[in-house]
Amino acid sequence: MTTTMERRAFIGTLAKAGLVLAATSAGVRRLEAFELPHEHGPLAGEWEPSVFLRIADDGTVTVTCHRSEMGQGVRTALVMVMADELEADYATIQLDQGIGDNKYGDQNTDGSTSIRSGSYMKFRNAGAAARMMLEQAAAAEWGVDASAVAARSGTVVHAASGRSLPFARLVARARTLPVPQPVVLKQPSQFRLIGKDVPGYDLRNVLTGKAVFGQDASMPGMKYAVVLHPPVYGSKVAKYDAAAALKVKGVEKVIEIPGAPMPSAFLPLGGLAVVATSTWAAIEGRRKLVVTWGASPNDSYDSVAYRAELEASARAEGKKVRDLGDAGGALAGAARKVEAEYYAPHLAHAPMEPPAAVAKVTGDACETWTCTQNPQASRDTIAAFLKIPKEKVTVHVTLLGGGFGRKSKPDYACEAAFLSRETGAPVKVVWTREDDIQNGFPHTVSLQRLEAGLDASGKIVAWRHRIASPPISSVFAPNQEYHTDSELSLGVLDMPYEVPNVRVEVCKAPAHSRIGWYRSVSNVPQAFAISCFMDELAHAAGKDPVEFLLAALGPERVLDMTKTGTVNPVGNYGAKWEEHPNDIARHRRVLQTVAKESGWGKKLPRGEGMGVAVHRSFLTYVASVVHVKVGPKGEVTIPRVDIAMDCGYAVHPDRVRSQCEGAVIMSLSNALTSELTYKNGRTVQSNYNNYQVLRMSQAPKHTAVHLVHSGGPLGGVGEPGVPPVAPALANAIFAATGKRIRSLPVGRQLAGGPVAVPAGSR
Amino acid sequence: MRLTINGTPRTYDGDPAQPLLWYLRDELQLTGTKFGCGISACGACTVHVNGAAVQACVTPMKALAGKKVTTIEGLSAAGDHPVQKAWAAANVPQCGYCQTGQMMAAAALLKETPRPTDAEIDKAMSAVLCRCGTYQRIRAAVKDAAASGMGGR
Ligand code: FES
Ligand code: FES
Repeated sequence: MTTTMERRAFIGTLAKAGLVLAATSAGVRRLEAFELPHEHGPLAGEWEPSVFLRIADDGTVTVTCHRSEMGQGVRTALVMVMADELEADYATIQLDQGIGDNKYGDQNTDGSTSIRSGSYMKFRNAGAAARMMLEQAAAAEWGVDASAVAARSGTVVHAASGRSLPFARLVARARTLPVPQPVVLKQPSQFRLIGKDVPGYDLRNVLTGKAVFGQDASMPGMKYAVVLHPPVYGSKVAKYDAAAALKVKGVEKVIEIPGAPMPSAFLPLGGLAVVATSTWAAIEGRRKLVVTWGASPNDSYDSVAYRAELEASARAEGKKVRDLGDAGGALAGAARKVEAEYYAPHLAHAPMEPPAAVAKVTGDACETWTCTQNPQASRDTIAAFLKIPKEKVTVHVTLLGGGFGRKSKPDYACEAAFLSRETGAPVKVVWTREDDIQNGFPHTVSLQRLEAGLDASGKIVAWRHRIASPPISSVFAPNQEYHTDSELSLGVLDMPYEVPNVRVEVCKAPAHSRIGWYRSVSNVPQAFAISCFMDELAHAAGKDPVEFLLAALGPERVLDMTKTGTVNPVGNYGAKWEEHPNDIARHRRVLQTVAKESGWGKKLPRGEGMGVAVHRSFLTYVASVVHVKVGPKGEVTIPRVDIAMDCGYAVHPDRVRSQCEGAVIMSLSNALTSELTYKNGRTVQSNYNNYQVLRMSQAPKHTAVHLVHSGGPLGGVGEPGVPPVAPALANAIFAATGKRIRSLPVGRQLAGGPVAVPAGSR
Repeated sequence: MRLTINGTPRTYDGDPAQPLLWYLRDELQLTGTKFGCGISACGACTVHVNGAAVQACVTPMKALAGKKVTTIEGLSAAGDHPVQKAWAAANVPQCGYCQTGQMMAAAALLKETPRPTDAEIDKAMSAVLCRCGTYQRIRAAVKDAAASGMGGR
């Protein structure tokens, strides 16, 4: 099979190379290399059984991927699903990337939804219906019963007579047939692609440098632009001098982009754009701009002072969001009380590809090519920013060099569209890494205070959780100063542990930057706080952490999420609790799997330790064990990480494994090195030299992924691997050194070497 | 000034301070060489200059007179360099953005050190960031390419 896959990929590469050679203009050729074969809808004569599927007279099958590819493998997975049900030849199938269009349903590629929420069944149904119609067409051709024929890899076969016909010979008749009712899907045992490993659809193009990302898109006659953004959120250009910038060879214009007032949602921050004949000239010109920025209410934003503000906020009573039993009374009467505060800083998405867009505005029409996770929001936002009809805005989606939530927000595409209109030429806006780190939509900062009471046997009898963390809603609406229910449903409110008395309060935390969702969103700080606190409780109770977690999860059952004592219903990632329950059996199984596979409990040398965490997010259950080694100077090395995931069923197991491997790295970056801080309203960090993400030398020596196939309903894959790894690391550091990490990143907190392991812990 | 890019002689008369990265990407449309940081911190722009790994974002054109530059597009004619084959076999890429830089760094490493130790791999490859976190597969692919006799190239 692999040989065929490789051949398909190679044929694809050749076809793309052919187009490259056929085109004359350099600009056109980059786009055509990506666009192929017919992005704008069916060619004349094509049969279009679904918006996601077209079959040409010559039998060519084209699948439309309406979600954005950013490394999670959606372009591969959706082709697999369609090809399997259709019985198309995966080796020759064509893939078309959908433009932003409501006809595809929701295209927002976030929330780990692309497979789980709808596409999987939509694609299977479309493929199966078309397959049945092709089979019926063949049966009619041969005068046999449809049940006697079967599609197989691009042909329909009549086994009894040995006859077969390729799809090409059947399309004309099949398309005239009524859509079958009911559509009969394959049984899982009949799958030939789903659940199997295939090379990524874009693999060959990536490996030969031909894959086109947003930064690579171009158009004939295109200008290049970089934007000097306001250093402080809410600041605007007061005055500027562009004379020196305009003297740079290649710089043509300096244009002010109007910034949206706060809260600015997805609209541009504003600033000064330098438009030039090359990216380099634009960057050089930007360095020469002299600007005075207007005052902003966020001018004094300072991360050190803000942390103190959050601590004060979380130390006072907040707004009640969950109240079960009598947490206050139970805390007062507990045999043992434990309390701790956890801090997690702002994070920058820092995808390897900084945001970029090319746009061409003609009259009231705009066409753009961009690395966006959300082509529909891009379309809407460009239309709103330029005040042109949405129907006149076409958003093409390139490959994304990582997204992680940043590229859901199309401010950069608006900048390109605006500059194209102002200059009358196509314009490519390149965000530099500095723009990306300094002017993005940082992940929220969070301070959480946890208090728990244990009874004499070490059972948790009371739990109080306060959280102060600026909400994402602050970027869309004024006066949003409390973490919202939807954010609290990412760990705090759906917490699975059996505690009879629980109180959760949200505390005030006004935002001073844009705030955006980041891979696994509020699960990052919430899983960190809860899973570290559970480890503290395990040690306070004198129990092994895995045993303690299993005891706190309680017996296998489905939790009744209507009886948790929350003020408002607990969110469930857009799914119904009846269909996707909070299933303790699945929590337990991933935890037990990871404990067994990691060799949990084995004796380790001094200075080494293992930590564990389990967390459900995006309807998927994940547990992780991190094995850490802390050197005499506090150096952290990670010999091994084990991660067990139950996402129900893995459509493309190899990609699920690679998403877990990547989630481990990202979570370890969050935990060990990354931190976005502010001083005088500006970010202190600006590039990868000071905003640090993990390098190979810091990565675990070995990551072992364990897929647990529970057959449960499909859960997400891209994000749920992230939350449990950071707390497992912090817990491992405690096991190794006796030092609690309650503030991220670990950074230099361990310099000074290990302290004595306190009595009562392992 | 003259230089050679992927075997093709080129004449350059633009800004001598312009980094090679933008000449490749904007003028030659060789966009396989990626922009990630511009300050020599991420390795996405790694190319070969006279066979050695170099970060194109901090290499000014004036430093390249008479030099031979190889980009991912010139690493092999058919996309079958041992490193590319090893990368395919391990299904290394996630988003893929960093991978051309990763492969150029790996190819240079293996040319210099045909049988690298784990420490040598970590050292050389730590110059190239991967935000998607493909390091484990990169390590495996480098070893695989080394085992395939890549050192002979
Ligand atoms: S772009 Fe050259 S090292 Fe990052
Ligand atoms: S594969 Fe995405 S950055 Fe490396």
